[in-house]
Amino acid sequence: MGGVFDYDVAIVGAGNVGAAIARELARFELKVALIEAGRDVGAGTSKANTAILHTAYDAKPGTLEARLVARGYALLTAYADEVGIPLERTGALLVAWDDEELQRLPAISERAVKNGYDRVRSVGREELYGKEPHLGPGALGALEIPDEHIVCPFTPVLAFATQAVLAGVDLRREERVTEMQRLERGWRLETSRGSLTTQWVANAAGLHSDEVNRLAGHDEFTVTPRRGELIVFDKLSRPLVRHVILRVPTAITKGVLVAPTVFGNVVLGPTAVDIERKDDTSSTAEGLAYLQAQGRRIVPELLAHEITAVYVGLRAATESADYQLWADGGARYACAGGIRSTGLTSSMAIAEHVRDELAAAGLELRERKERLPVVRMPSLGEAQLRPFADSARIAADPEYGRVVCFCERVTRGEIRDAARSPVPPVDLDGLRRRTRALMGRCQGFFCGPSVAAALAERAGLDVAGLQEHPL
Amino acid sequence: MTGAVQVERADVAVVGGGPAGLAAATALRKAGAGKVVVLERESAPGGIPRHARHQGFGLRDLHRSLSGPRYAARWVELAAGAGADLQTETQATGWTDVGELELTSPRGRSLLGARAIVLATGCRERPRAARLVPGARPQGVLTTGALQQLVYLLGESPGRRAVVVGAEHVSFSALLTLGHGGARAVAMVTEHPCHQTFAAFRAGAALRFRTPLLTRTALTAIDGDQRVEEVELTSLDTGRVQRLACDLVIFTADWIPDHELAVLAGAALDPGTRGPAVDSAFHTTRPGLFAAGNVLHGAETADVAALSGRAAAESVSRHLHGDPWPTSRIPIECQAPLHWMTPSAIVAPNAATHPPFRLRAREILGARQVEIGQDGRTLWRGRVKRLLPGRSARLPGGWTGAVDSDGGPIAVHIV
Repeated sequence: MGGVFDYDVAIVGAGNVGAAIARELARFELKVALIEAGRDVGAGTSKANTAILHTAYDAKPGTLEARLVARGYALLTAYADEVGIPLERTGALLVAWDDEELQRLPAISERAVKNGYDRVRSVGREELYGKEPHLGPGALGALEIPDEHIVCPFTPVLAFATQAVLAGVDLRREERVTEMQRLERGWRLETSRGSLTTQWVANAAGLHSDEVNRLAGHDEFTVTPRRGELIVFDKLSRPLVRHVILRVPTAITKGVLVAPTVFGNVVLGPTAVDIERKDDTSSTAEGLAYLQAQGRRIVPELLAHEITAVYVGLRAATESADYQLWADGGARYACAGGIRSTGLTSSMAIAEHVRDELAAAGLELRERKERLPVVRMPSLGEAQLRPFADSARIAADPEYGRVVCFCERVTRGEIRDAARSPVPPVDLDGLRRRTRALMGRCQGFFCGPSVAAALAERAGLDVAGLQEHPL
Repeated sequence: MTGAVQVERADVAVVGGGPAGLAAATALRKAGAGKVVVLERESAPGGIPRHARHQGFGLRDLHRSLSGPRYAARWVELAAGAGADLQTETQATGWTDVGELELTSPRGRSLLGARAIVLATGCRERPRAARLVPGARPQGVLTTGALQQLVYLLGESPGRRAVVVGAEHVSFSALLTLGHGGARAVAMVTEHPCHQTFAAFRAGAALRFRTPLLTRTALTAIDGDQRVEEVELTSLDTGRVQRLACDLVIFTADWIPDHELAVLAGAALDPGTRGPAVDSAFHTTRPGLFAAGNVLHGAETADVAALSGRAAAESVSRHLHGDPWPTSRIPIECQAPLHWMTPSAIVAPNAATHPPFRLRAREILGARQVEIGQDGRTLWRGRVKRLLPGRSARLPGGWTGAVDSDGGPIAVHIV
């Protein structure tokens, strides 16, 4: 294939979904472009999620989302093991705080069974407090979802992109697709950096997937950004929380959760407010006050701890309850849009689905002889052996003994590795997601400029451009 | 931890090579302590003063006025000269079950056991997130700590127009740093009714930078796309909102002790200071573990931290000579509007010497009569000139001789 076209497939958007599709297609004899409008992979809606590995126990039965989240769970769990994505098997507790909520628990269990998940278990009040001793007073009972876990929100997309790039996918960052022109057997994409031709286009543009869909001549859905604010508490609060603690969902929202993170913090959130602008990642006084009030009820002691960070994510909500996943064979176009927070879990299953849709629509898939290159991602998880604590590693290379970011114990060796990696960071936020540098409680008070200098030196970037860390 | 890990032994391990740690190590060596190791995670010892180029360091401890870097260098010289073992690029990351420090350095991962450990880990300014300031999250939002490193260590220009949040010593220090970095502070805002630094410092800054000080004003939002573009300021009295164009926001003061190692050691924190709760001989609640300097409370000036380290060394020295760890302590409780006093307990049985106490209020109170009592008995009463939330008043320690070791808690209140 290929011929006069620059690419066989151009994937628009390098978030979790787009990068997973790129990795999946990299297994075949195809020339693939992964085009990202932002500065980095996973820097849009993918980077501020609650980092839960979902079982799909609560999905709407019969939807594509329900099926792909369940399938994605199995795929991502295995993949995490293979490439070293931080994942902790915490399980979840869905807590009922009043009689009405308590009465709704059986229906939630039944729905889980309809989704093919039969391990939800009822937990009495006493057992609940035994499992979560710091839970606020007044809980009446809970459902245990033993396979709902926590996962690193940043490493999956980086692993997908790294593997894709090593397998020959052309990653094009900071390139926005502005127009799509139908050719006889493919497309010409006009971009902020020029133009390219491709036989097929896969739309994985997240928040902007509706716009790309319209550029492709379709108009099935509109994305309304739904803001989710998250408060991350100091690591010293980690002993307060053992499971993902969920609220009973309402018709409108899944509610606020309290959960440990794989970095050893505790996260409280998210809010859920529909907003207008797709670039408005501002936090709000109301949102933060609401989260604090919720947190005070769920785990009161949490509020006595220092706050390390506030994140704001925008979910790509649409008017439909389900994912927008389909292919238009005639147009040589596939859509993977309207993927909300479950996309972290389902991304690998979405990739398989898009692959099959493309094949059914006529894309010829011939598997490469060689397997995907083996990648091993940095050990960012508290449950993993991190370089600063690894005697053998420091003995082999003292740079792993030179801590630069003290709060998160990130070493010069890790910053160097990130700078040399196949998908290197282009800014401090990218470095943070790859190494944890600047993610900690001091937010750069002690180390901000020296971390910037270390990255600048290794990546050939300009310190002035990196100097301040967007908090 | 994997692989063979080296275990070292010392008489005293001091965590933190800033003024308090270096002063403690110097005094300990002079008092005849054997092996005194100072663990400094940065590539050079000296602590925060290394990044503060202005004059005025060393008045109370070294009896001269030095620039920050000169002051830091002087303490490094004194500690090294006294025979302390200064280990740089060495971070204590945690504890083993038997109370050894886990260390990471380019030399490897190792353990350090000591007969006494002094935490002198200092404090940090709460960053924007910890203060829950809402709004956009553009570049150009810094703490003074980051600003000083940026300007003095990297020689970078931080921006052009800054809004400084806070009006304490460090806030005025930030003004100087901004000046050195080619930026201008367009406003200094504080929620309090006035600034809390030395009058001379304030007057000098007012004359030199002409930065308006907006009192009873809160920074309520930050706006900007890639870079800070403006901030929203709200008057606490009238509710009036104004927007101010700027490309930098410097969050100053609002200190929080770097108490991680104390918490991981199981030492109790003082609810007021958020630092480890120490008694009048710098004992934490964990045997063998002392704490001194700014880890005990929000930042005092470097000389005060050094004097705290020096005073703690006396107590550490007695511990090395076999003084038993106190089995009980008499707590000191502050009544509102007072906030905290540190040390926050008296050793029982009562020790011979006591360092001065430091007292802070929850709001700016100015001069007040303060009484310290126990079980209805007055131990000390006197006029305290300046009761502030951001800067301590110094109280003498002489009254501790009258404390009843078997009595109830000590109460501190305004008369």
